[in-house]
Amino acid sequence: MIWEALFLGLGYNATLVTLGAAILGIAAGVGGSFLFLRKRALVSDAISHATLPGVGLAFVVMVGLGGDGRNLVGLLTGGAVSAAIGLLCVNWLSTRTRLAEDAAIGAVLSVFFGFGIVVLTYIQTMTSGRQAGLEGFLLGSTAGMLQSDALVLALAAALTLALVLILRRPLTLVAFDPDFARATGRNVDRIDLAMMAIVLAVTVVGLKIVGLILIVALLIIPPVTARFWTERVDRVLLGAGIVGGLSGYIGAAISAAVPDVPTGPIIVLVGAALFLISLLCAPGRGVVSSVLHHRQYQRRVHLRQGLLALAQGQPIYERLTQRLMEQRGLMRGDGVATEKGRAHAARALLDEARWHVVRNDQAYAAAAERYDGLTEMQKVLTADQIREIDARLPAPQGAMP
Amino acid sequence: MTGSEFVPLSLVPMLIGICVAVACALPGNFLLLRRQALIGDAISHVVLPGIVVAFLLTGVVASVPMLLGAAGAALVAVAAIEAIRRLGKIEPGAAMGVVFTTMFAGGVLLLEMSDTSAVHLDVEHALYGNLESLIWLDATGWSSLLDPQALAYLPVELPRMAGALVVVALFIAVFWRPLKISTFDEGFARTIGLRTGPLGLALVVVAAIAAVAAFDAVGSIIVIAMFICPPAAARLMTNRLEAQVAWSVLFATVAAVSGYVLAGYGPLWLGAADSVSAAGMIATVSGVLLACAALMGPARR
Repeated sequence: MIWEALFLGLGYNATLVTLGAAILGIAAGVGGSFLFLRKRALVSDAISHATLPGVGLAFVVMVGLGGDGRNLVGLLTGGAVSAAIGLLCVNWLSTRTRLAEDAAIGAVLSVFFGFGIVVLTYIQTMTSGRQAGLEGFLLGSTAGMLQSDALVLALAAALTLALVLILRRPLTLVAFDPDFARATGRNVDRIDLAMMAIVLAVTVVGLKIVGLILIVALLIIPPVTARFWTERVDRVLLGAGIVGGLSGYIGAAISAAVPDVPTGPIIVLVGAALFLISLLCAPGRGVVSSVLHHRQYQRRVHLRQGLLALAQGQPIYERLTQRLMEQRGLMRGDGVATEKGRAHAARALLDEARWHVVRNDQAYAAAAERYDGLTEMQKVLTADQIREIDARLPAPQGAMP
Repeated sequence: MTGSEFVPLSLVPMLIGICVAVACALPGNFLLLRRQALIGDAISHVVLPGIVVAFLLTGVVASVPMLLGAAGAALVAVAAIEAIRRLGKIEPGAAMGVVFTTMFAGGVLLLEMSDTSAVHLDVEHALYGNLESLIWLDATGWSSLLDPQALAYLPVELPRMAGALVVVALFIAVFWRPLKISTFDEGFARTIGLRTGPLGLALVVVAAIAAVAAFDAVGSIIVIAMFICPPAAARLMTNRLEAQVAWSVLFATVAAVSGYVLAGYGPLWLGAADSVSAAGMIATVSGVLLACAALMGPARR
């Protein structure tokens, strides 16, 4: 069943929804990257929660006009309008009053959502209209979706993605360096507005698929995941698009195969699994790589300190140092240096003595900054410079016994 | 309305609403000033998986395991946010967004996959609770407040919420000076020997206690609203912390009482037959209060 769903074998509707979710995921991942780079990720939380009263009121209005209130386009339009009002409130509160943006986000999120709940409970008492399914906007439900709705969603997702791709370059510029963008004559406020429009579009299209509580995850998790793998903006965008698209595709496919479960949580958890893998395994920033790097660093410090102790004839008591020195054949089990150990130790001591000269000489200030007790001098200075330093070393005080 | 109608039906929900509102607004003042306002949002989302896991482990809907589960989930979330922030050098807002959405999604999925049809545990309840249902059937009028037999059947949420309020208020009162100093000038607080790290964590834990106790009775949306709206409105009224806390308590109480009344009787005044969600209406009223403060508050800029 799940394999069939993954290979789009569950019928026209499910296929349409799955593809729509994948496209939405890509748009959300790329669009969310700009939000993430602008450090305004949680604004999307306010936007998504603020859709609820609009959806509810749109339902009430449509029923009042004589329909059954199930028109998806109408509901989503209502959601978009109230989300836009919510966004304006966030901006107004954070720029015109002393409240910080996080407080404005929280206030708008909770008040709009609370009012939405009021509208929903009012709808539950209404006798006309087909209210079943409105709860699906909370957590997303794609089961039993009308074919026309699935088509609308897939098209809207594709349009959103097109918008993201068209606006990619100015958005990247502003996200990465707003001051430079302003200095080169771009209208940063308008580009920010475009970013918010994209977030709004993703949220509204995602309402039915992911649900308004969790749509924010589709905007935040992909860029954070991609950030672990690269330090470059264009690759963050690419990676976030891939992660978002995969989450949407796999999540919607699983949900089509297991219809009892709301779609949103599954899509989010697929994204979270990708995030967890990145957190653990990404090269450079991942946990495993950090631990390995730390261990390697630790070994280098212990070896260096062990060699310096050997060179100065001091006993070594530290267990890890002893083990590392023995493993490398630098020291015997009883703490006596081997031939190789004495050679390495002498070299370490010489290096340290050279560094001592360099760090006391203003002329080598740039090189002295690289001193960390580990780097060998050959990696920092040229052979000529080292010869010059060697000439200044104090004369040997007689060989060690 | 007479006492024989008001006491059994409205007194208890109203008192619980006030306790929730004040217990959340008090720590909310400090969270707001520390730019951690959204911690309340995150906590109230992660409470759900904690409660579901506690239910799956014990098989009963009992308060103590659920409180423990929820508190555990809140601590896991705080630790995870911190870990992601440090390991990935991710900004705190995004780290928070990753953690609370993931944990909430996990909670929803666990809830839907496991058989909880026999007990009162569902996502809608978690979001907006059911304040109106906490009625005190054994009361007959104001005299019941002195009747030990009727008091024994008081809804358990009321003493629990009152207890949480006492804990929160005590914490704020005892640590008033250190909290105030470390909120306004963390560097100075550290130089005079205050341990700002544990203090900040304690504040989050106290906020979590308030959120978890409130969650069961009123759902998460009112918790988020009360963490932020009354303190934010109070912030626009004054420049002194003491006055701000007092204003926030006033705003929280007004929101709880008028929100409850509007939800219960407002639709009747407008000619509709049924009441609407009290939790949602309390959040809405707190938003209206904030809007008034933002438009007219003496210290709004």
